[in-house]
Amino acid sequence: MRLYFQFVKMQFNSDAIHRLSFFFRCLGQFLMSFTEFLGIFFLLNRFGDIGGFTAQQVLLCFGLAYFSLSAAECVFSGFANFPKYISDGSFDRMMVRPRGLLFQVLGCRMDFTRLSKLLQAAVILACGVLGGGISWTLARACTFILMLLGGTLIFSGLFIIYAALCFFTLQGLEIMNVLTYGGREMMQYPIGVYGKGFLLVFTFLVPFACVQYYPLLTLLRPGCPWWWALLPLAGLLFFGSCLLLWRFGVRHYKSTGS
Amino acid sequence: MYFVNTLQYRAAAVSGMCTQFFFGLVMIMVYVVFYREHPEAYPTGLQAIVSYVWLQQGFLQMYLVIEMEQFDAIVDGTVAYELCRPLDLYGMWFAKSLAGRMSRALMRCVPLLLASSLLPEPYGLRAPPTLQAGVLTLVSMGLGLLVAVAIGMVLYGAGFYTLSPLGIRTLALSCLNFFGGGVIPLPFFPEGVRQAVEFLPFASMQNTPFLVYGGELTGGGLVWALSLQVFWAAALIALGRLLLRRGMRKLVIQGG
Repeated sequence: MRLYFQFVKMQFNSDAIHRLSFFFRCLGQFLMSFTEFLGIFFLLNRFGDIGGFTAQQVLLCFGLAYFSLSAAECVFSGFANFPKYISDGSFDRMMVRPRGLLFQVLGCRMDFTRLSKLLQAAVILACGVLGGGISWTLARACTFILMLLGGTLIFSGLFIIYAALCFFTLQGLEIMNVLTYGGREMMQYPIGVYGKGFLLVFTFLVPFACVQYYPLLTLLRPGCPWWWALLPLAGLLFFGSCLLLWRFGVRHYKSTGS
Repeated sequence: MYFVNTLQYRAAAVSGMCTQFFFGLVMIMVYVVFYREHPEAYPTGLQAIVSYVWLQQGFLQMYLVIEMEQFDAIVDGTVAYELCRPLDLYGMWFAKSLAGRMSRALMRCVPLLLASSLLPEPYGLRAPPTLQAGVLTLVSMGLGLLVAVAIGMVLYGAGFYTLSPLGIRTLALSCLNFFGGGVIPLPFFPEGVRQAVEFLPFASMQNTPFLVYGGELTGGGLVWALSLQVFWAAALIALGRLLLRRGMRKLVIQGG
């Protein structure tokens, strides 16, 4: 763990050297998600509510989506860059070092520019939390935190899958963007809005609905089954299966040669 | 030549299309739900918005992009070779960008638009309401493409002055996307804001032709929008030329 913080410090210092460029990249990230926010704000302003959810409650979803993805991107961007490590042989070097592979890939790269997005998402979340008409109790607060953690775990798991598939294809499969960025796009609204089919796919295939729709309902509507509040734990399950895939991939890996 | 060049990246194109299709579908589902619940607050017909979103996803590579290549040329000095060629730099880059955008967009739009037209009501893309709207859409798309390339050229011109064009590019992309109708179609902007944004050059890229397609722009509004497109294309080309010529004069190629 101490070594990990060493990595973090190193990465941060290397970013801090190019201060202006770092600032611009942060600003770029910030603007990108801010325009998305303005877009959804204009829509909600015009229509007021969607599918029985108020504007503030939708913002809660929006904040959740951006918070989870940016947190995952910040910590797991080593996995997003993974195809490069395979093709330039960095991964072979990692294999001969006496440390865990996951740990080394994690330490390879951290994208601090995403923090600007994370901060913005946190502000939006705060608006949703305060204005969403939820009467907060300790149990509900725990559910809410579980939602954030579960969402982050799912997106992180997707990055791991992306990297693990590289063991077989040797190059990045851009198709995974459907799940990561498409997932974020979809999570901006309560998933129930999209109808039964979508809800089923994103409950059982990639459990986005488990960290967003069902627990959100327990926060808002009385009379939901109590165990819906625990569904964000499915994120942990998903993350675990992604790790298994990664293990399987590592065992299958034959180097790309020198 | 350029067309064949970009055709090589088929795998990237296929996955790009799948992503675009999913994005389009998710967006349209939201707009359909909004329409069902609050039809009175809808600024246009539903079909016009559905077509708008599909066309936008199909032609994404045509309008809402700024290519990296020319920026790279400025930063790494490749521009020196370009200057050795007995061609006008503005004309050459303009043609290159135009061809690149068209080939990438044409390759992606056909399967995507075909697939989207197979979707059931009200999610699918449908033919424009009149033949006239269809023809005018093509005209307007051409004009919009000129505006899009011209905006890109202005940014390349500005790239000579900063040497840190990446920052400019990200900021510009956000603006392009938002004010061009990439985040939400421009008719959804609040009254007052919308009128102002429609005047900007960004609205003259994809917003105008896609509204024409849905039959939302007719009569006087159509003539006004088309003339605005011509105006922006001409003005931005002139500005880009000026910037490029000025930038060239102060350009220093550093070392070999």
